[in-house]
Amino acid sequence: MSNVDVVITGLGATTPLGGDVSSTWDALLAGQNGIRRNDKEWVERFDLPARLAATLAVEPTEVLPRVQARRLDRCEQIALIAAREAWADAGFDLPTDEHESVDPERLGVSIGTGIGGPVTLLDQDDILEQQGLRKVSPLTVPMLMPNGPAAHVGIELRARAGVHSPASACASGAEGLANAWQMIQNGRADVVVAGGAEACIHPITVAGFCQSRTLSTRNDEPERASRPFDADRDGFVLGEGAGALVLERADHAAARGARIYGRLAGYGITSDAHHITGNHPEGVGQIRAIENAVRTAGLTAADIGHVNAHATSTVVGDIGEAAAIRKALGDHVVLTAPKASMGHLVGGAGAVESIVTLLSIYYGVIPATRNLENVDPRVGLDVVTGEPRKIELAAAVNDSFGFGGHNVALVFTSA
Amino acid sequence: MSEKPSDAEILKGLADIVEEVAGVATDDVTTEKSFVDDLDIDSLSMVEIAVQAEDKFGVKIPDDELANLKTVGDAVNYIAKNV
Repeated sequence: MSNVDVVITGLGATTPLGGDVSSTWDALLAGQNGIRRNDKEWVERFDLPARLAATLAVEPTEVLPRVQARRLDRCEQIALIAAREAWADAGFDLPTDEHESVDPERLGVSIGTGIGGPVTLLDQDDILEQQGLRKVSPLTVPMLMPNGPAAHVGIELRARAGVHSPASACASGAEGLANAWQMIQNGRADVVVAGGAEACIHPITVAGFCQSRTLSTRNDEPERASRPFDADRDGFVLGEGAGALVLERADHAAARGARIYGRLAGYGITSDAHHITGNHPEGVGQIRAIENAVRTAGLTAADIGHVNAHATSTVVGDIGEAAAIRKALGDHVVLTAPKASMGHLVGGAGAVESIVTLLSIYYGVIPATRNLENVDPRVGLDVVTGEPRKIELAAAVNDSFGFGGHNVALVFTSA
Repeated sequence: MSEKPSDAEILKGLADIVEEVAGVATDDVTTEKSFVDDLDIDSLSMVEIAVQAEDKFGVKIPDDELANLKTVGDAVNYIAKNV
């Protein structure tokens, strides 16, 4: 059974490196750092051991109209910003009663998030406790629900083929893309706006991650804190951001003469059924996800030139992933780990890093991994460091793994 | 407010609330306008507007009364009568 050809015609993002795709990509290529000291008063008040955050480069309230912004959780705001950019980048106009760029019944949305709107949830709980029922916002539920980001994008773009919001922790954005690909394969949609978003930096999430001992505590050196694959890595840096991609049936894109960045050629999704946060010791789920993705794409391991790694900068995770990549693909693939520059965007990570993967193919250049001064000898793979590497790529993999044992691998190919 | 506001003051105060909550220009908030049909205000925003109006004018607007306030003029009259 051959796949429906799915191309990518639009990209959008807002990240700790920039308020759109081009500024994010340029900053990544230039080796810039998006990680800052978290100087919120609560860091001191709760004496949190991890005092770093990768906050957005551009505040969403500077981009959105005031009234629209106040009706949306921050996670919904950034999903909408990324989706609008991707939509315009694909050459589509916002729908009006006179003109719809895509038949609404053939347009879907699949935007995942790890948590949704915990900041709204907790802020409104404070309001209830301190000021009572009357002051609780009537928008509380639509702002905190994890399908909110996808739902708002669906309303704005008039998507009536189905709106989905996978929640698989740090794999949510990648699963959003996989699900979108499947919607087009199944014939449910011709165009799907897909990706992920997260904006969950709040005392309780940071405290929770601190208690699970997963965050970097290199507090005095924010620019050096996130160091995937480096021997001195000590945890990830919590970030926030969103990415959106317009996936489109190739014949639909061709008929309107759209610019094509590349293809989403296949995906693999597996689950570990092992531990709620820990990796399977042999990485069998990760290996199968990558192998399935390559097979679904109709390719072999030898065709894959590059892996945009999930690599979050945790002690255990990075080594497990490197071993899984070697097993699934061999040692010829070239790696990079964008979290060194922008931290861990949780539900946004898989989407933003998929954009980076695709642009690496499109422009023929892999951004370098910052802070990789002393590669952990157990990595055993070529990771780009120092300067970006010019390289012609026909196919590349993006990995995403999440708490709960979710493994998602996506295969992107050149246009 | 310590003294009873005039209808014009109520309209002005209400327009400020509608502008804050729903982004409608204060000049467009006139007595004959329907909140839903003319000003495009949804039921969620109406709840916020009612709570802010209660605080500003010191009135109670129960849900069954709120449902009857179709136009800006209805709201001005209700507030004037109950303040």
